[in-house]
Amino acid sequence: MPADAGAVATSAGRRLRPPVGPMVPTRYRVVSRERETADTITIGLEPVDAPIDEPEPGQFTMLYAFGVGEAPISISGCPAREGALRHTIRGVGATTRALCRLEPGSVVGVRGPFGAGWGVPAAEGSDVLVLGGGIGLAPLRPVIREVLENRRRFDRVAVLIGARTPADLLFAPEIEAWRARSDAHVAVTVDAAPRGWEGHVGLVTTLIDRLPITPTRATVFLCGPEVMIRVVARDLVGAGVDAERIFVSLERNMHCAVRQCGHCQLGPLFICADGPVVTWATAAPLLAVRRW
Amino acid sequence: MRPIPIRELLADQPVLRDLEPADIELMAGCGHNEVFQAGTYLAREGAPADRFFVVRHGKVALELHAPTGPLLIETIGAGDLVGWSWLFPPYRWTYDVEAIDRTRVIVIESACLRAKCDADPVFGYRLMKRFAQVVVDRLQATRFRLLDLYGNVDAR
Repeated sequence: MPADAGAVATSAGRRLRPPVGPMVPTRYRVVSRERETADTITIGLEPVDAPIDEPEPGQFTMLYAFGVGEAPISISGCPAREGALRHTIRGVGATTRALCRLEPGSVVGVRGPFGAGWGVPAAEGSDVLVLGGGIGLAPLRPVIREVLENRRRFDRVAVLIGARTPADLLFAPEIEAWRARSDAHVAVTVDAAPRGWEGHVGLVTTLIDRLPITPTRATVFLCGPEVMIRVVARDLVGAGVDAERIFVSLERNMHCAVRQCGHCQLGPLFICADGPVVTWATAAPLLAVRRW
Repeated sequence: MRPIPIRELLADQPVLRDLEPADIELMAGCGHNEVFQAGTYLAREGAPADRFFVVRHGKVALELHAPTGPLLIETIGAGDLVGWSWLFPPYRWTYDVEAIDRTRVIVIESACLRAKCDADPVFGYRLMKRFAQVVVDRLQATRFRLLDLYGNVDAR
């Protein structure tokens, strides 16, 4: 390849190489768009240029809605398994709403993948509990798929999903398929439901001690609102789960995603690089500090 | 096949696991099994709370009657307690309790159990502590639900 491959000519006749590195987005095209709930969509992306590295479940990318802004979005489906890079996005601010408006054919910028993933293979041989609340189910979807696709490598498997209402449940058809399996216990609970809802109504914690797993030999993957994480992790430790085997995904104000800007710092951790997945043993003392 | 004694059924319930065997025995003396088909009611708002339930299988819904129809407050599943209105005057149910699935319960007659608590305050204290823990757990869960945790996210 010539040394100036990809270079562009300026009006002054100089040839400039385009910048490269982790701060430069790669172009991806939207190839699918599915509505999950009233404010949440899942998009599938395929590379226009060279693809980013294959992500690990639990990692995130920075998605750039050109002309609007960039936001950290967890990966809800990996290209190696699903053909496209999938992100599930809840439109709550200017950037995420712009991302939610993207239609197939649109182009976005992608940086990443960043951070530490779930490390699912470490759970092989143990009971597994996957517990996701709200949009927190999105980064856990690849975990659930990996565990169920390799079911024999794990002992008992339980999936507990919490949402605001039945209408706010992500991946509803997929959840039904998971629930139909006889080799995994899958329960859904919502904070509020209309009459006729046949699932549970109540906080996720109310179902924890009814799960068919043995706490002392369980590995837990937990993601959701931070307050929920704290309450659930505390209950799990109280039930006998080792804090080193509770993996939580933390959310902070990621900007650079490369351990430079410091926006995402939680005490000594840069959540963009040391996280977002950390053990509860690591997270608990940091989350106990008020106002770093 | 011999029927499983109420004592053994109660001892298997997670919600009662902290009670002494003697306490379970006392409770069992006030209990019997019942089955409720889906759509039938275990209790009605305002009716005398002369019993409470330990759910063995299935699921029930706590509901509040409203002009627009019943409002679903919470569901309670296997291994949990339903009802504490029997503890305090005026001993009336606060909510409707509807079976969502075919539900097997152990029914505890409350007058019988209150009499045993009065006769043996140490037992009564242990039982009240267990019930207080259930009430506190439900209160805390309700507070978290009121916070609408799933609705509060990074607004980027």
